[in-house]
Amino acid sequence: MYPRPIPEDAIWQRRFYFIAVLAILILWLCPLFAVILTSFRSTQDVMGGNLWGWPTQFGLVENYTSVFTQTPMARYFLNSLTITIPAVMGVLTLSTLAGFVLARYRFRGNMLVFALFVGGNFLPYQIMMIPVRDLMVRIGLYDTTGALIIFHIAFQTGFATLFMRNFIAALPDELFQAARAEGASPFQTLVHVVIPLVRPALAALAILIFTFVWNDYFWAVVLTVSDTVKPVTAGLANLRGEWVSAWNLISAGTIVVAVPPVVMFFLMQRHFIAGLTMGAVKG
Amino acid sequence: MKTPWRRHRWWLTPTLLILPAAILFSVVILWSAVESLWISLHDWDGFSPMTWIGFGNYVELFNDPQFYVSLRNNVIWLIMFMAAPPLGLAIALLVNQKIRGMRLMKSLFFIPLVLASVAVGVVFTWVYTPQLGLLALIFGFFGATAPAVLSDERFVTFAIVIAALWPQIAFCMVLYLAGLNNLSEELIGAGRVDGARGWNMLRHIVLPQLTQVTFIAIAVTVVGALRSFDMVSVMTQGGPFGSSEVLAYQMFEQSIFSYRFGYGAAIASVLFVIMAVFIVWYLTRIIRIEERGA
Repeated sequence: MYPRPIPEDAIWQRRFYFIAVLAILILWLCPLFAVILTSFRSTQDVMGGNLWGWPTQFGLVENYTSVFTQTPMARYFLNSLTITIPAVMGVLTLSTLAGFVLARYRFRGNMLVFALFVGGNFLPYQIMMIPVRDLMVRIGLYDTTGALIIFHIAFQTGFATLFMRNFIAALPDELFQAARAEGASPFQTLVHVVIPLVRPALAALAILIFTFVWNDYFWAVVLTVSDTVKPVTAGLANLRGEWVSAWNLISAGTIVVAVPPVVMFFLMQRHFIAGLTMGAVKG
Repeated sequence: MKTPWRRHRWWLTPTLLILPAAILFSVVILWSAVESLWISLHDWDGFSPMTWIGFGNYVELFNDPQFYVSLRNNVIWLIMFMAAPPLGLAIALLVNQKIRGMRLMKSLFFIPLVLASVAVGVVFTWVYTPQLGLLALIFGFFGATAPAVLSDERFVTFAIVIAALWPQIAFCMVLYLAGLNNLSEELIGAGRVDGARGWNMLRHIVLPQLTQVTFIAIAVTVVGALRSFDMVSVMTQGGPFGSSEVLAYQMFEQSIFSYRFGYGAAIASVLFVIMAVFIVWYLTRIIRIEERGA
C-alpha cells in the first residue's frame, strides 16, 4: 500500500506511527544490540552464562583494552588503514581519468570499453581467485598489503569508472565548448573544469570504496596469511577461532571492525546514499 | 613547426589518461577471468607445471555429489534473496513519512548495510548459538528449545541466508527510498483524484514509476546471492559435512585447502557461466537505455 502522508495536525496518529516504527527499528537492530551488550559484559558473567540478565559487573573497559592488548587487533586495524587509504586514492585517480575519457571522447570501441568495465565488475570475483593469487605469488607481492591494494584498485576501478563516466557525461556541454574555445588542452580541461565540478561525486565514491575495501573478507583470506598483513575482517575471523567462548571479547572485536564504516556513514551520509543510488550496480 | 606531441595530442592525451585504468583492469580482472577458464582444463596443484586434461575436471565435477549440494544451495540463496527487494520496499514505505525523528530512524535502518559481512556473520552466529543466543531466548520465551540451526543440515543454509538478507534488505531499502523521493507528485495527485488508494495506488501508480529502481535492486540482489562466500566461511566453513557450501566456497576449499587449482577453476567456470547469462541480460538493458538516451 502506498501510505498517504499523515497530516500535520493528527498529533496522536503521528505519535503512534513514530512509536510503531521505533519498535520495528529496535527489532531490526536487535542482533546488533545483543552484540553491543555482550561487549559490555565481564568475563565472569559470560562464563557464568549470565548473558541476558543485568550484568553483575561491567567489563566494558577491560574488554576493549584486552582486544587491543591481548590480541593482534591493533595491528589488524593498522593494516586495514594501510590497505584502504591508498586503495581509495588509487581508485579515485584512475576512475576520474578513465571516466573523463569515456564520457567526453567519441571513438570507436568507446561503448565496448565501457561495457568491459561494467561487465568485469559484475563477475563473481571468486572467478579471479586462482589467477590473481598466482599473479601475486609470481610478482612477489603475495602476503603483503601491496597485493590487496593492487587488487582492490583494479577491481573497484571498474565500478568507479562507470560511476565517474556517468557523472561527467551529465555535465553541461557548453562548459567543454567554452574550454575548447579558450584553447585549453584536454589535460587543462580535466584539471580546471572537470575536477572542481566532480567533487561531490568523488566524495560519494571515496566513502563507498572505503566501505567496500574495509569490509572485504574474501581477498583478505586469499591474498594474506601473516598477522602483520591481515586486515581487521580476516583478523576477526581468526580471533573467533582462538577465543571460541569468550563472547565478550569477540563482540568487542566485532564492534571494532564495524565502527569505522559506520562512523564514516554517519559523517558523510548524504554522499554515501547519493553514491549508492547513483551507481547502484554494485553487489 | 609542430612537435609530434602537439600534432598527435588530440588522441594521445585521452589514450594516456585511460591507459592506466584500462591496463590494470584488463590484466588483473578480465585476463584473470579468462585464465581461470584455461586453468580449468588442467590438472594443477599450484606449484608444479600444469598438465592438460581437457574436460577431465568437468567430468569429475558433474559426478561429484558435493557439486550438486553447492549448486542447490546457490539456488536456495538466489530464491530466498529475492525477498530483499519487496522487504526493502516495505521498510522504505514505512519510514517515508515526514515526522520529526524519522530521518534519524531512517539512517539507523541503514546500519546493517555498512557492516562488514564478517561482522554480520559473527553477530548472527551469536544469535543462533544454542542455549545462549537470541534465537534460543525467543524459543525459551515460548517454552520451546531452539534447534541448533548452524549444525543441522536441514536448516543451516536457510539460517545463513536469513543472516545475509539483513544487509541486503537494507541495501534495497536505500534504493527504494531514493526512488520514492523522485516520484511525480502530479501522478500521485491525479491518482488520488481518481480514487486510487492503498494497494491500488501502489500497484498502478507508484510501482510503475519505480521500474528502474526495481531493476537495479534485482540486479544487485542476484549478484549478491551468487557471490555469497563470506557468510558461509565465517558462520559454518561449509559445514556440517559440506551441507552449507556454495559454489564459491567449494571452489575456495578445493583450491586453497586441497591444492586442486584446476578443479577449483572448473567450479569457478560453472559459476561464471551462470553469472554470464545474467551479465548479458543486464548489459543489453543498460546499453539499450544508454543508446536511447544518447
